[in-house]
Amino acid sequence: MDKIKIENLDLFYGEFQALKNINMKLKENMITAFIGPSGCGKSTLLKSLNRMNDLIEGCRISGKVLLDNEDIYGSIDVNMLRKRVGMVFQKPNPFPMSIYDNIAYGPRTHGIKSKSKLDDIVERSLRAGAIWDEVKDSLNKNALQLSGGQQQRICIARALAVNPEVLLMDEPTSALDPISTLKIEELIQELKKEYTIVIVTHNMQQATRVSDKTAFFLLGEVIEYTDTEKLFSTPKDKRTEDYITGRFG
Amino acid sequence: MRSRFDRELDLLNNELIEMGSLVEKSIENVTQALINRDRELAKVVIKADEEIDMLENNIESRCLKLILQQHPVAGDLRLISSILKMITDLERIGDQAQDIGEIILTLSQEDTIKDLIHLSQMAKATTKMVRESIDAFVNRDMDLANQVIEYDDVVDDLFVIIKDELISLIRDDVGNGEQSIDFLMIAKYFERIGDHAQNIAEWVVFSITGEHAGERKIQD
Repeated sequence: MDKIKIENLDLFYGEFQALKNINMKLKENMITAFIGPSGCGKSTLLKSLNRMNDLIEGCRISGKVLLDNEDIYGSIDVNMLRKRVGMVFQKPNPFPMSIYDNIAYGPRTHGIKSKSKLDDIVERSLRAGAIWDEVKDSLNKNALQLSGGQQQRICIARALAVNPEVLLMDEPTSALDPISTLKIEELIQELKKEYTIVIVTHNMQQATRVSDKTAFFLLGEVIEYTDTEKLFSTPKDKRTEDYITGRFG
Repeated sequence: MRSRFDRELDLLNNELIEMGSLVEKSIENVTQALINRDRELAKVVIKADEEIDMLENNIESRCLKLILQQHPVAGDLRLISSILKMITDLERIGDQAQDIGEIILTLSQEDTIKDLIHLSQMAKATTKMVRESIDAFVNRDMDLANQVIEYDDVVDDLFVIIKDELISLIRDDVGNGEQSIDFLMIAKYFERIGDHAQNIAEWVVFSITGEHAGERKIQD
């Protein structure tokens, strides 16, 4: 089933067209990777999927992004959209507060006050974020005292705490060491059972390891979008082949 | 961009071509050795197998190093994985040429029980297949690769003819048995060489298209 459908999406930053007529379908419970050189539009498209670009001055969007067939640029409540479509950023950005409060923050803003409910959510989210065992005895510790890899998993757990349906990840491991990267990659594979995941990555080995489908972007266009294995073994477009084999430019 | 990688790929290509040439030479030599009962040339073929094996090891190491260091994808990955498979086929062809050479050394010195017309036709046909499969690789020539794949039927048909001839020779005179068995084994080795050449051609097709040309014929 298609979780997200992108139809004829154009995006401008002022006069600059960052995305050109994007048409894509993202399947439910699948991991889709966006790859391409810097400035190709992949992060812009990712941010368009939960309207993070709304905050940027001079940003104009036309076309549709349908989440379960509902246009997210229509009359949808943006807060509710961002609850359903969570985001994990490149640099771990835990709030300067305890591990517990980091995870409970989202549920609290959505009105959950009960201590036992919050306790449950915190444990479930930290388990889903594959970090429970490492922090269960120090939930009151400031999250900023954790390592980078742990902080990123806290951020993933925080995103999961509000029960999203889609998880957007913008280069989630580019600031992490190889072991932390592998942990996050394994976690992403686990999470796909429950969530639809879109990941922007500069690491092509990562795209091949974690994703089911890959889209290659160049100058604001989707050049090729197909099964990851196919894209990395028999790409159809020469520009894709040139980029993934490092003969680009 | 990636000039070091491209240089390494060129080296790999050249080594494969070198291995292909050695293997081709061995089949030519063993064919001559068979026709002329040339024991010295047979020994040259047996000796050459060491060099072929060594090249296989070198190429394999280079492939593994490139996979490790360069994480090849797309056309690069298909090329390197095809080469890894092709060298196994080439090495087996070398072994089979060596096996034929060893039979030649043990062939009795008495006159041959029959003209080696079909056997030498078979030798020529397999030599052609090996040469053209390597040419197809060098020139990335799909048409030639497909011709090699088709041509294997010619070798298979010749094998059946030879087998039938040898059966009737044994039927005529059981004294023909020893030589007949030797010739049958030689014919079988040539038939195998044809299969390996076909495999190489199929890997050429795979390296170009990413798709297998057909069912793999042998798995030895």
